Amino acid sequence: MSIRGKAVIVGAYEHPRREIPDRTIAQIHREVAVGALTDAGLTLADVDAYFCDSMAGFGPITMAEHLGLAARYVDSTETGGSSYLAHVGHAAAAIAAGKCRVALITLAGRPRTGGAAPGGTARMGGTPEAGFEQVGIFSPVGNYALAASRHMHEFGTTSEQLAWIKVAASEHAQHNPHALLQDVVTVEDVVGSPMIADPLHRLDCCVVTDGGGALVVVHPDVARDLGRSGAAVLGHGEALKHTDAGRIDLTWSAARWSGPAAFAEAGVAPDDIQYASIYDSFTITVLIALEDLGFCEKGQGGAFVADGALRSPGGRLPFNTDGGGLCNNHPANRGGMTKVIEAVRQLRGEAHPAVQVPGCELALAHGTGGALSTRHGSATLILGAWTR
Amino acid sequence: MSELPAPVPPHNPEAAPFWEGLAEGRLVLPVCDACGHHVWYPRSWCPVCQHESVTWTPMSGRGTVYARTLLHRSMGPWRDAAPYVIAYVELAEGPRVLTNVVADDPASVQIGDPVEAVFVPVDRRDGDADPDITTLLRFRPA
Repeated sequence: MSIRGKAVIVGAYEHPRREIPDRTIAQIHREVAVGALTDAGLTLADVDAYFCDSMAGFGPITMAEHLGLAARYVDSTETGGSSYLAHVGHAAAAIAAGKCRVALITLAGRPRTGGAAPGGTARMGGTPEAGFEQVGIFSPVGNYALAASRHMHEFGTTSEQLAWIKVAASEHAQHNPHALLQDVVTVEDVVGSPMIADPLHRLDCCVVTDGGGALVVVHPDVARDLGRSGAAVLGHGEALKHTDAGRIDLTWSAARWSGPAAFAEAGVAPDDIQYASIYDSFTITVLIALEDLGFCEKGQGGAFVADGALRSPGGRLPFNTDGGGLCNNHPANRGGMTKVIEAVRQLRGEAHPAVQVPGCELALAHGTGGALSTRHGSATLILGAWTR
Repeated sequence: MSELPAPVPPHNPEAAPFWEGLAEGRLVLPVCDACGHHVWYPRSWCPVCQHESVTWTPMSGRGTVYARTLLHRSMGPWRDAAPYVIAYVELAEGPRVLTNVVADDPASVQIGDPVEAVFVPVDRRDGDADPDITTLLRFRPA
């Protein structure tokens, strides 16, 4: 069985604020839930399936209670920032299997004004590897810098090449009035910014923002009764990569597995993709994913991005046209939700006109959650423009 | 710059031979009795072939730097120790170990450098009970 074309994203909503000191996280969940359902032409009463991460409460139970949901299907798969792409795939599978018809996925958090430390690696206390990895990494940047160092060593990738990823994101973000960082930056700005974890500079890192987002995934029959265009779920793949009992190779990510699975299910190839949302916690996260997803050969990511490939419009692979996590938004330290939302905008033709890919029919959204250089989850979606 | 903190790891009887080895100044790892894999991080069985038994075996303590970062900013008790080196060290016997490389000049530590194990006493505070883990594994330039 395949999920190809058996579910449609008909609602997508990104919280417009980046600092939200006056709301609880539960309030933000509800705001984005209502936002996405309103976008779809639905209400909370229509929802029969609910998906969230492990930060939302006691699994999905407490937030379902808070929202007043009557869910007959729930899932709180936790793969860090890639969770929400996995949730879309799981929702599509559940809809295809007849388990539900209207699935709601929400994300909310307040790391910017709520006092939480950046990143998702602080919850290590009870995990089995914790006692063997007391090396002083408290923010993901130290972890991701390890992969960057190895990629540079093996393939000659440079800081200037990585910087082009941030440059392209900033060029897109200048058109997004909600973006936290709206100023265009240069390669010189990036490599001249303070070194945080060598070889990664401050401007190689994503923003820390409050906020969230939500998605509504429905059966095609439900979608046809609504007045809205959307994004058909054509393919989904997910995978985990870990230290493999000491055999870890830092030059590639779990996208090496999740990408081909998603492409195979959709029946398309990397060359067919017109727009890509690529998880951008750090510049190196993008570079390695681009290679693993097949947009260029392994080791050629630096040359690929330095050629302006990521710019929209006009690049070979327009990416993150909202400004991505590097400039726009990385709500709750988790960038996967916004990756799907911008892909839906592109497929609806509702991205900012300055960065809209003309005639965008086929898009990819990819998430990398957890810690690239130790253990992480990848999830890849192939989405197609859908109209009634 | 100050010494790196050396917090006491969580109690872990499954890896007791590893921790006891460190206390004696030796790096002891589980080696699978079936496939010969050197397991990192230490476990009492082999997650590669799923064989149930391992032999805890002394290693050379030597390796090379496989990946490294110089962390310029940190927090908590580690803040004053920055900048410090976080690295994967590839042991001569094969496994890649996430660790710190302690050097007089942290910025000089590079991929490919030879390193050797050092055995670091854990930090104890007055009034602490004796921890069952007394020694941590780190590396230094060889």
